[in-house]
Amino acid sequence: MKLELRGITKRFGDFTANDRIDLLVEPGTVHALLGENGAGKSTLMNVLFGLYDADEGEVLLDDAPVVFTGPGDAMAAGIGMVHQHFMLVHPFTVAENVMLGHEDVRGPAKLLDLAAARRKVREISDRFNFNVDPDAVIEDLPVGAQQRVEIIKALSRDASILILDEPTAVLTPQETDELLGIVKDLRDAGTSVVLITHKLREVKAVADTITVIRRGKVVGTAEPSASQEELASLMVGRAVTMRVDKAPATPGETMLQVDGLTVVDDAQVVQLDGVSFDVKAGEILAIAGVQGNGQTELTEALLGVVGTDAGTATLDGELITGRSIKDVLFSGIGFVPEDRTEDGIVATMTIANNLMLDTHDKAPYAKGFALQPKAIADEARKHVEQFDVRATSIEQTAGSLSGGNQQKVVLARELSRPLKLLIASNPTRGLDVGSIEFVHKRIVAERDAGAAVIIVSAELDEVVALADRIAVMYHGRIVGIVPPDTDRDTLGLMMAGAHQEEAA
Amino acid sequence: MSAEGQTTEATPDEEAPRESRSRQVLREIAESSSMVVLMAIVASMVIGGVLIIFADQAVRESAAYFFSRPGDTFSAIGDALGSAYSAMFNGAVLNTQAESFAAMIKPLTQTLTMATPLIFAGLGLGIGFRAGLFNIGAQGQVLIGATVGAYVGFAWSLPAGLHLLLAVIGCALGGALWGFIPGVLKARTGAHEVIVTIMLNYIGLYLVAWLLSLDAFQREGSDNPISPMVADTAQYPKILGAQFNLHLGFLLALACAWGAWWLMERSTLGFRLRAVGANPSAARTAGMSIASATIITMVIAGGLAGLAGSAPVLGTQKFLSASTAGSLGFDAITVALLGRSRPLGIVLAAILFGGLQASGPTLQVNANLPVDIVVVIQALIVLFIAAPPLVRAMFRLPAPAHEKEVAA
Repeated sequence: MKLELRGITKRFGDFTANDRIDLLVEPGTVHALLGENGAGKSTLMNVLFGLYDADEGEVLLDDAPVVFTGPGDAMAAGIGMVHQHFMLVHPFTVAENVMLGHEDVRGPAKLLDLAAARRKVREISDRFNFNVDPDAVIEDLPVGAQQRVEIIKALSRDASILILDEPTAVLTPQETDELLGIVKDLRDAGTSVVLITHKLREVKAVADTITVIRRGKVVGTAEPSASQEELASLMVGRAVTMRVDKAPATPGETMLQVDGLTVVDDAQVVQLDGVSFDVKAGEILAIAGVQGNGQTELTEALLGVVGTDAGTATLDGELITGRSIKDVLFSGIGFVPEDRTEDGIVATMTIANNLMLDTHDKAPYAKGFALQPKAIADEARKHVEQFDVRATSIEQTAGSLSGGNQQKVVLARELSRPLKLLIASNPTRGLDVGSIEFVHKRIVAERDAGAAVIIVSAELDEVVALADRIAVMYHGRIVGIVPPDTDRDTLGLMMAGAHQEEAA
Repeated sequence: MSAEGQTTEATPDEEAPRESRSRQVLREIAESSSMVVLMAIVASMVIGGVLIIFADQAVRESAAYFFSRPGDTFSAIGDALGSAYSAMFNGAVLNTQAESFAAMIKPLTQTLTMATPLIFAGLGLGIGFRAGLFNIGAQGQVLIGATVGAYVGFAWSLPAGLHLLLAVIGCALGGALWGFIPGVLKARTGAHEVIVTIMLNYIGLYLVAWLLSLDAFQREGSDNPISPMVADTAQYPKILGAQFNLHLGFLLALACAWGAWWLMERSTLGFRLRAVGANPSAARTAGMSIASATIITMVIAGGLAGLAGSAPVLGTQKFLSASTAGSLGFDAITVALLGRSRPLGIVLAAILFGGLQASGPTLQVNANLPVDIVVVIQALIVLFIAAPPLVRAMFRLPAPAHEKEVAA
């Protein structure tokens, strides 16, 4: 089936998310939709899927105009979508999830025909080598398998066009390779795939055609043979270097010493299992690993947000475990949390207020109990300028800023205290390429100023670009600490739990 | 599309999402625009008008022969509305039929007197809402505050001035204690403040009923469970002379409103409370203590509610009974919501409610309407305030900015 979008325009108030976008997906091809976060890729697909009404433009299937009023229409017309956040019912089995919404029934009593659903799952799973058991319960499946269930869901509804929205964000490198293999198989079986992504490597690996979107407009198409640098410049609108410029590290004294740190959560699950490592002044230790392998608990245990059950951490010889968050922060730790909107900013408060969340009761922000509005405004203007926060006013709420500017506010706040250690979790998640460069530069600058730095990142590219040493975490343990020039396959295997010796 | 909260991993902290959703609702209500608030009042008055029409005897009688003489019904409706709203005006603002200036402005002073306890308690609740606490316990805090204040007032004998000061402090301390209990329970054990404060309302009510059965509290020579009169030295002085009920408590309430504004907008403590209320996770990550913010908020809210108790026992009624608090604690919730948890808004909302309550007797006498109509109008205001999307849909107001961002 041929899919064509003509002149699609979608506005939200004054903001034009899609500006006269044309897109042609030929039957049986993989079409990559490449663009930064916020470029309008997801909006476009939501228009196609009938979730948003386009203000202008039309959708054509096999040259016939169609109008979708909701996802049901789109699915009936043969378009399937796998969202970035899976739409699965966790306690249900694979077969139950696949039949959900268009259940097969049998007999006059209209009983659910689970057998038919099972057959369907098995048939599709066998055809594409998905290796998915129809009776497995979703919550027991790894993320990669859950994603395959989503694909089965779409295929079971006879989708001839499959839209994958940022499908590799949650996958290990190995799972990513598997997925890309599946995409190729689907194409060879005649299904068109629209791959929405900002990851250049994947695009180059599978795409037949590439459309690049920037700020809601199609800025060009490219062949998969184009270099990563070319694609990145198209995406960002200017030349970008893919590497972080940094001098070799000159590690000094040991700044952070962690010994056997253990965290057991409320459900008695061991989240952090006797982790030991050290970080020296002037070096960046990057912690790699698939999300949910104890990285969050590690950083939160160091800050004191979660209590520790065993082990110690000392900063510059001073014990920091078992102390209040405030104590830990002011002993010289800067903390950029993993979830910016949840833990980093107070969305309804102003930029100025967000910049003083931690130091609001100290000079120059306060004299005694009284806040000093003038000093607060002066400091805020200074920080906004230094960190290039794009805002109309310091009185704007932090929630109205883009993700990149919110992150700059968090960084400005955390770097405003003298630091011995900076802990940054996924510091560039959801940021555009320009902001990523900025954030990386500031982090390296902090290292060069003599602070120890811990970076936690699920993006292998980021880990490799920033790290002076890489610690890989799996199931709450550090499986190994390796140099930054370790090859990706080895890192990938370590992220799946293999020890360094086995992986190499 | 990719809705928040639909993460693939299980949430480690089960409490967190529920908490944030109730906070979200609170914020939505607290931050609805002034236009929504205004329209809610208008809508309530209009529906109140319809009810007045149906409650009116003359309208019902003329409606029986509506089709032969429709004019009668319409003029009856006009009369009913006219007399009802003019009775409200006469009862709450200016008495237009009055002979003297004093009699003319008496309704206004009555309105301010009625507004006094609502201002105090509303301020306390407003601070709680902004700090993310849904304190339903103002009722109990008012009553316990009134009890301690009244006891100081009738049991001790001290020189004027000092006696009043101590009685007022007693009110504040009593309320603060009744706020401290749910605050410390929440901070230490996570017990939800809504449930604990509701239960403490009952405990407070029956505690006072029991106290009033003791010799120490029982008025001598009375069979009713009421306390002795508070000594003159402990009463709020009348600020406009003896013929008006308006007392010093009103000025104290205005001072507290200013204090609440300063606390929330200009002090480091208020900054912490606002941050904790708006996003406890971020506040905690920035080193603020959620537990101490919770306890401090409840103590301040309770203290202000306790001061609300001083208005009846030291100002108007001048003794303690189990019904001293009336429905003050609950009306104050409406006042705080209507005032969008901001001190100035709360003062204005309290005056509106004081006016509605002050107009009740006139409504009954002049317009021959049941006094309950006032309560119905109050309830309608609450209903509309609690459902901002309803009001926006009715008056075609634009959605607030943050909802638009979600859509983008």
